[in-house]
Amino acid sequence: MELNFSIEGGDFTQAGQASSRVKKVLKQLGVDPKCIKSIVIALYEAEVNVVAHAHRGQIRIQIEKDKIITIIEDEGPGIPDIALAMQEGFSTASKKVREMGFGAGMGLPNIKKNTNELQIDSVVGESTTVKMVNYF
Amino acid sequence: MKVSEIIDQLGLKVISGEKGLDREVSGAYVSDLLSDVMGNAREGQIWITLQVHQNVMAIASLKDMAAVILVKGLQANENTIHHSDEEQIPILSSSLSTYEITGKLYALLNKQ
Repeated sequence: MELNFSIEGGDFTQAGQASSRVKKVLKQLGVDPKCIKSIVIALYEAEVNVVAHAHRGQIRIQIEKDKIITIIEDEGPGIPDIALAMQEGFSTASKKVREMGFGAGMGLPNIKKNTNELQIDSVVGESTTVKMVNYF
Repeated sequence: MKVSEIIDQLGLKVISGEKGLDREVSGAYVSDLLSDVMGNAREGQIWITLQVHQNVMAIASLKDMAAVILVKGLQANENTIHHSDEEQIPILSSSLSTYEITGKLYALLNKQ
């Protein structure tokens, strides 16, 4: 099964749409609740990252028998130092985003903790692609 | 303990999500950092916060939380209220500070 979503940068009302839908679909498929919880956390954080940092993004989700593959591709500033971005507490979020309670430097570490495989590729000034795989 | 019993015991005001007042409460989580709640809160908990925008409800719903308590008499945004009604997760309001309402809820849930 394949699911696709588009996200506009800056529109916080859209954050959670993909994760909410995926949660419902995986529940219907009878996937282990613990596994669903992890996927939902990782996907929500990835959605927020696009809204908070990028101009726009696409989410492509592929649900297979034994795993879910999520690819989030955005057009945006990119990440100059991915290792630094992965560090807990590091954030480049704006003041407005921080006031909303986001941008505490916990998003990427949350994604790392809640995925079996994580790959981040980025071209500064162009785009970031995040690939997450979770096994059921 | 149900959300409705906690409302009675702590004198909370119901802002929205009345259909969820029968939800069972397993504990509480206190944080204003959304990723902290996303990563660490658990199903059935009450979330105490001062954040009032609609992403609060997105997280409360994704995490299957029992209810949200807004502190210091803060008002929820209109779309937060709408989302709360839709998801049937109550938003409650307390005039007390985070410290005071958390202490009271802790004492109440530990009396059981």
